[in-house]
Amino acid sequence: MTSVKITDLVKDYTLRAGLTRTRLRAVDHVSLELIPGRTVALVGESGSGKSTIAKILTRMERPTSGTVDVRLDDGTAVAGARYRREVQMVFQDPFASLNPFHSIEHHIARPLRLHRRTSTNRETHERVIEMLERVNLTPAEAIATRRPHELSGGQRQRVAIARALAPGAQVLIADEPVSMLDVSIRLGVLNLLGRLQREDQLAVLYITHDLATARHFSDEIVVLYRGRVVERGPSDAVILDPHHDYTRLLALAAPDPERPGRVTSEAGVDREAIDNSRCYDHFAGAWREAGVSAAEARIDA
Amino acid sequence: MTTADRRRTEPVLTLEDLTVVYETEHPVTAVKHADLTLHRGEILGLAGESGCGKTTLAYAINRLHRPPARIASGRITFHGDDGDIDILALEDRELRAFRWERLSMVFQGAMNALNPVTTVRAQLKDTLLAHRPRMSRKEIRERSEDVLNRVGVDPRRLGSYPHELSGGMRQRVMIAMAMLLEPQIMIMDEPTTALDVVVQRDILREIVRLRDELDFAVVFITHDLPLLLEISDRIAVMLEGEIVELEAADRLYRDARHPYTRRLLGSFPSLSGERGAFIRTGVDETTPTPTEERA
Amino acid sequence: MTNLKPSSEPSVADSAELLAETSTETGRRPRAGWRMLLPTMTPWLAIGLGLIIAIALFGLIGPHLVGDPRAIRDMGLTGPSAEFWLGTTQTGQDVLAQLAYATRGSLQIGVIVGLLATALSAFFGIYGAYRGRVVDEAFSLFTNVFLVIPGLPLVIVISGFVPAESRGLWTIAIVLAITSWAGSARVLRAQTLSVRNRDYVAASQVSGERPWRVIVVEILPNLLPVIASQFVFAVIAAILGEAGLSFIGLGASNSSTLGTMLFYAQNGFALSLGAWWWFIPPGLIIALFGTGLSLVNFSIDEIINPKLKNLRLHRKRARRAARLERELAQATRRNGGVPTQTAKESAR
Repeated sequence: MTSVKITDLVKDYTLRAGLTRTRLRAVDHVSLELIPGRTVALVGESGSGKSTIAKILTRMERPTSGTVDVRLDDGTAVAGARYRREVQMVFQDPFASLNPFHSIEHHIARPLRLHRRTSTNRETHERVIEMLERVNLTPAEAIATRRPHELSGGQRQRVAIARALAPGAQVLIADEPVSMLDVSIRLGVLNLLGRLQREDQLAVLYITHDLATARHFSDEIVVLYRGRVVERGPSDAVILDPHHDYTRLLALAAPDPERPGRVTSEAGVDREAIDNSRCYDHFAGAWREAGVSAAEARIDA
Repeated sequence: MTTADRRRTEPVLTLEDLTVVYETEHPVTAVKHADLTLHRGEILGLAGESGCGKTTLAYAINRLHRPPARIASGRITFHGDDGDIDILALEDRELRAFRWERLSMVFQGAMNALNPVTTVRAQLKDTLLAHRPRMSRKEIRERSEDVLNRVGVDPRRLGSYPHELSGGMRQRVMIAMAMLLEPQIMIMDEPTTALDVVVQRDILREIVRLRDELDFAVVFITHDLPLLLEISDRIAVMLEGEIVELEAADRLYRDARHPYTRRLLGSFPSLSGERGAFIRTGVDETTPTPTEERA
Repeated sequence: MTNLKPSSEPSVADSAELLAETSTETGRRPRAGWRMLLPTMTPWLAIGLGLIIAIALFGLIGPHLVGDPRAIRDMGLTGPSAEFWLGTTQTGQDVLAQLAYATRGSLQIGVIVGLLATALSAFFGIYGAYRGRVVDEAFSLFTNVFLVIPGLPLVIVISGFVPAESRGLWTIAIVLAITSWAGSARVLRAQTLSVRNRDYVAASQVSGERPWRVIVVEILPNLLPVIASQFVFAVIAAILGEAGLSFIGLGASNSSTLGTMLFYAQNGFALSLGAWWWFIPPGLIIALFGTGLSLVNFSIDEIINPKLKNLRLHRKRARRAARLERELAQATRRNGGVPTQTAKESAR
């Protein structure tokens, strides 16, 4: 069991246009915590910085400042190759995340061998079959020999999940894992993630723009707007009782057949007027400043 | 009953027994004996998953499908104010005149369909001149500004190039283009799929408002059933080339008859409703779906 | 958040996928990994391979079967006969024997240059693009410099500087290789940049794979068709380039190639004396070998873009579909609408 503590994460990108350079702050003092067995949903639109956080967590990008602290149960910090073993990711596009050239077996066998989970070819193969069965891909033997294009989107995503878990990962970052799948199989994949999480006590970061699944699938919701956290709290509280204008806007925008006829009745909200300098924290039940380090943050009770 | 309501019960387009076949090595019937009536000023939702034939159906309606797809049987009738038009019997020249004048389309990923090297103004002008060669410059300008105003884009944007506009703005321009010739029917194929939720909501609001103002009929194609439930009057659900259910939106939501429709409805967790049997029960996880079975 | 990514431009990286899909469509079970990259046998490929194999065998085995190509006889410039199948040169040397040795020499040059140029372009193109940032910038600049250096003049200058006695086969091969890799490197760089950004590459990085393994196992297989095509092209270019150099007298001094043969034929006034058996055979071998390699290259193109393969089949089906639909439209018009049973029958 492994937990992750992100503190005051900042990521700046430098944009060059000719001679002028501008700095774009993609992530602005974001702090969050991933705990075994719990799911945190990171909600926001494109450009809100949620994918950047995923990239930093998987060590594809370095943060400008701030820390990512991954610790095992006994308190030892995880670093180096061990980090790769503990923190894994499921990508958004199942059609792009598997190499068309290799068999399904290759995709799962590689991380097994790489992290020395298995030592012989026979053992690896047995383990691959076991992994495939765990993600409900049966008959596993037949599927292992296939290549990605022979599988449907949902099956591919299951393979991607198996691959992420193969090294024995305890922290799973799921970046829009179902948004490119057909609607009728989305729940199946999410339910699978839920079961694996229960079985392995995984700490899951669920990145999405879909508020409805975020509410039902996660324990905590963190709303990002322009790189800052503007609202956080238990899922039901954030969705059913949003405090921040932006969260309200998102909640209104999501289709909800329970409340039909809203399309025309509600006027558009001026997005420019939304400020992201304040954040509502449902845990503290108070507003505080967003975009400053956690230590300096002031809480308005 | 108001005039508008009465008109809403008049058909503007009827499909009878429409079948579309892909002539590949093993011919695939993408649309099977579809019967559909579109009423004036109605928003008809067409829901289904990838590969169910909804896009093929949309293309076949104004014969935009490309070989090896072909219409194998059926009849498509457009009921104009000046009499019925049998679309399948149109000659190529008549068909070109018919498209866009009477029936226009907003394609999937349309916001990337704008020509990147010419201005919005030039593209609107080209479309106008292609159908109304005698239009004067002044009329063209006025019409262009009018449609942009209607979709909520500042007419000063006429001189912009597509890359200078945001995704939502480009999609609005595409809708402006589709309504340029005041068609009676607009077919929209996943017009908001690639947009952020908030932008998507703005565009939907715009579509519904324009429909109320101009009274054109819309065929709205998407996989997003909750979205359709909100904006459409009636919804047709497609499964493997067949329309399995066609029902008024609220009736479909409360009382869906076909198991596939119920399945689709169940796939969308409700935002404000109860959790229900949704997540973390582990149920329903192994049920194979039609799409997966086929694969 | 966007649901769909804007569709990226089609590139070689998609080819494996496309290939697999097209073979699925034709009902055959798609071939596994490496075998999928082999071109399907077509008449053109067969002719190309036939030419290459025949000429390669001639170059490999020929020299063991013929006599000494340098032996001088007092029967200069005789036409083809039973004793000398391809006649003799001005000094009475056996043209067939010379041709066999020259073919071997040219093939050697071709393969050496092909390998060297491919290795250079792969290194600068793929590695630079994979590492990105400074390395990519530097490699890119380096490649561009080599791209704008005019090849032939440089080759002439370098060959001219190296004294004739030390101007061996390898010198010429290296000179040809360093002047010919840059174009391919640019193409490979572009392709690598596209493949590098795919999620499966990111996934293997996240799982902790070493960079060289990511390049060799995840990226390279998807680029193999391009590399193969570039290799074939480099071989053609090298053989032609070497022939050109030798023809102007700057070739390898201690070896005999098809170019040197042409050089001696030119010096011996073969053309004006009408001794066609002296200059036509080496010219023909160059032309046929080039043709063979080009034909193979066309087949590789079909792997890179599998749509080419199904083009003809697709057109045929499209025509059939269009005809059936026209019939239906006519039937509709004739019957004033209702499609009759006959219309449906003919549509079937």
